[in-house]
Amino acid sequence: MSDTLLKVRDLKIGATVYPPGEKPHDIEIVHGVSFDLERGKVLGLIGESGAGKSTIGLASMAYGRGGVEITGGEVWVNGRDILKSSHGDIRNLRGGEVAYVSQSAAASFNPAKKIMDQVVEAAVEHKKFSRKEAEVRARELFAKLGLPDPDNIGDRYPHQVSGGQLQRCMTALALCPEPDLVVFDEPTTALDVTTQIDVLMAIKEAIRDTGVAALYITHDLAVVAQVSDEIMVLRMGNTVEYGSTDQIINNPREEYTQALVSVRSIEHEEKQPTAEPLLSVDGITARYKGLNFDVLHNVNVELHPGQTLAVVGESGSGKSTLARVITGLLPPRDGVITFAGRKLSPDLAGRSREDLRELQMIYQMADVAMNPRQTVGTIIGRPLEFYFNMRGAEKRKRIVELLDEIELGEKFIDRYPAELSGGQKQRVCIARSLAAKPKMIICDEVTSALDPLVADGILKLLLDLQKIEDVAYLFITHDLATVRAISDSIAVMYQGRVARYGPKSQVLSPPFDDYTDLLLSSVPEMHLGWLEEVVAHRKMESAGN
Amino acid sequence: MHPIIKLVSQRLALGLLLLFGASALIFGLTEALPGDAAQAVLGQSATPEALANLREEMGLNRPALTRYFEWLGGIVQGDLGQSLTNKLDIAESIGKRLGNTLFLACAAAVVSVPLAIFLGLLAVRYRNRWPDKLISAITLTTVSIPEFLIGYVVIYYVSVKLGWFSSLAMINDSMSFGQKLNAIALPAFVLTLVVLAQMMRMTRAAILNLMQSAYIETAELKGLSNFQVIARHAFPNAISPIVNVVMLNLAYLVVGVVVVEVVFVYPGMGQYLVDSVTKRDVPVVLACGVVFAAVYIGLNMVADIVSILANPRLRHPK
Repeated sequence: MSDTLLKVRDLKIGATVYPPGEKPHDIEIVHGVSFDLERGKVLGLIGESGAGKSTIGLASMAYGRGGVEITGGEVWVNGRDILKSSHGDIRNLRGGEVAYVSQSAAASFNPAKKIMDQVVEAAVEHKKFSRKEAEVRARELFAKLGLPDPDNIGDRYPHQVSGGQLQRCMTALALCPEPDLVVFDEPTTALDVTTQIDVLMAIKEAIRDTGVAALYITHDLAVVAQVSDEIMVLRMGNTVEYGSTDQIINNPREEYTQALVSVRSIEHEEKQPTAEPLLSVDGITARYKGLNFDVLHNVNVELHPGQTLAVVGESGSGKSTLARVITGLLPPRDGVITFAGRKLSPDLAGRSREDLRELQMIYQMADVAMNPRQTVGTIIGRPLEFYFNMRGAEKRKRIVELLDEIELGEKFIDRYPAELSGGQKQRVCIARSLAAKPKMIICDEVTSALDPLVADGILKLLLDLQKIEDVAYLFITHDLATVRAISDSIAVMYQGRVARYGPKSQVLSPPFDDYTDLLLSSVPEMHLGWLEEVVAHRKMESAGN
Repeated sequence: MHPIIKLVSQRLALGLLLLFGASALIFGLTEALPGDAAQAVLGQSATPEALANLREEMGLNRPALTRYFEWLGGIVQGDLGQSLTNKLDIAESIGKRLGNTLFLACAAAVVSVPLAIFLGLLAVRYRNRWPDKLISAITLTTVSIPEFLIGYVVIYYVSVKLGWFSSLAMINDSMSFGQKLNAIALPAFVLTLVVLAQMMRMTRAAILNLMQSAYIETAELKGLSNFQVIARHAFPNAISPIVNVVMLNLAYLVVGVVVVEVVFVYPGMGQYLVDSVTKRDVPVVLACGVVFAAVYIGLNMVADIVSILANPRLRHPK
């Protein structure tokens, strides 16, 4: 018997789509993909959204999400074509031979059941172990994955453990029935960078110790380089390049792979601070209603006209709360916000229309920040009516100007948000905020939901617009690569305090404080063996533990 | 303090406040009606002097607020007053009849609640296929036909034509439990048909809504069967909406049973209320109103509390 565990031949996957205003029709989303996976090896599937990587991963369990259907090809697992298997055989395959780890463990654990019940369920269901044996194995896995209190953590409910811990529990859930293959679908994407390292290391060690094979799906080439033996690059349902990890990272043959490897090529020269800051945040302390502790402690930062201040930190560090305080959504308990030489009212109701106009905001989720029933023209035109009383031809002329500035053009004026791609939606949101001719825009994780190449385009656009419109950005992000690309000054936030603040060149040069060091060293780098190096050199535990 | 205890005691306090408000409303509304107890006792042809004398005697001349608090004080101590027509103690009469009504309601609930939930699960399992459509069609038909009509149709076929059960659901203390069950079989069956649809459809909708969740996909990818996925993983998260609609229907079984009790001549609260209304026996109507309000508020409070208890985030805080 050969050592091939999973053999995929000419896999074709289709789906029925329901476009607005058209008849539903079938499309093909994966066009004939083939690969082999040997026992105990890890294959990385990489690509941007829409590449079909999750769909291919789930096909190895004969599963189609939503209306997705496997339309052709062969998927051989343990020597049989599972696309021809009976319903009962597929049930035995799922959870028994092949297990799945999803992107969001928080959503993938049943909130009403204890962690242990869910971890052992598949093993008991498939009669691999008795309930007692399965629990023993689960505790061993909890320990191996570095979870705190492995003997008792299974008695907790999912909401009682942190996101990083839950992601490791999900890995334990997949490994508990001793499967031959685990499909990891973006298992660290939703985590903070510092937590990502711990989970990645835990997954890597668990794969090595149990000898399980894995399909590792991600959009982050630097991450997949750390865990996989081979990599397959996918784009729009086609294989772009398939080879050993070493070859893909160090000698990519295809242009597209080269673009993925060398992404983040933006050069931005740091600007010198001017005499008078546009925004100054002085001694802001804030807490949410009903909480008995402060979320922000004595925060002091400044932003100069036409420049970018990046506020960087992990989830829970208070960076979005700072934005809410500046916009007036959350009145602070203490401290003053000065904007364009005047003191801003602490709450939204006390602010003038001019205050509102000059301080705009762009959000992470462009989809939900737009009314789906309004056209692009209406969306961008609204601030023109509201702040400048523009009507008719004058308004339309300005809308077209703005559409040109965001590189979309007049033909988009009558489209609806549902007809736009993620990057295009974010561009429309940018145009809407620019329509108010603001002095400052707060950008809250505006590129986090986008693919790397698309995000790059948005960052370039923002920098170009800054030159044309002389607008300042308060740029909130957890992504240090974005910070490097766009900022003039940086504030690193940690547990509601500013841990480090200054011009970009100064903040990103040693000597570092412990937290900034941890944060900077946690950003995945595109070379083999990076994970082991960084874990060996860490001085501080991540907050996610 | 554990947040659950706090939330539950809040609900209890709120329920009591609501009951107080309901009693005030009931009292106020009967006050606002033309005529009073004295008028009702003496009839339309009574002389003004006789009316005035009787009002004096019954204490009806005193301010409404005083009488309200006297009446409320009596209720709190279990004294619901005296019937105008037969001078019997209302608490005693209601006690027996409420027992009968609750017996009928319980019998209907014991059948209808598990059946509705099971049919709901079945409809989800075979969603948009013939079992789902059949279940929906039948339950929707039965809920759309007025209950008195179902009652008479059932009497005509089951008791007149087939002779399986008596058309009169008379029960008394000398009957054994089995005999009682036999007597109420038909009204319980009609009530079951009436409340089944709403509970079944809510179960179906609540669970279908959850079937889109990521944890359902996790369960499917563990290789569980469809029914295991629904019963083990979807149902526990759907308890809260299901309990709410179940309690609403249980309350209906007690409060809305009037028509069915009259059709089957069943000696319950509904009959008593209808009789008292026709005889203008105001104190009895008031008492029945308060009892119904208490049942309604009580059951809905139970639904609220079960919803709180079903939420693991509240049961097991971080």
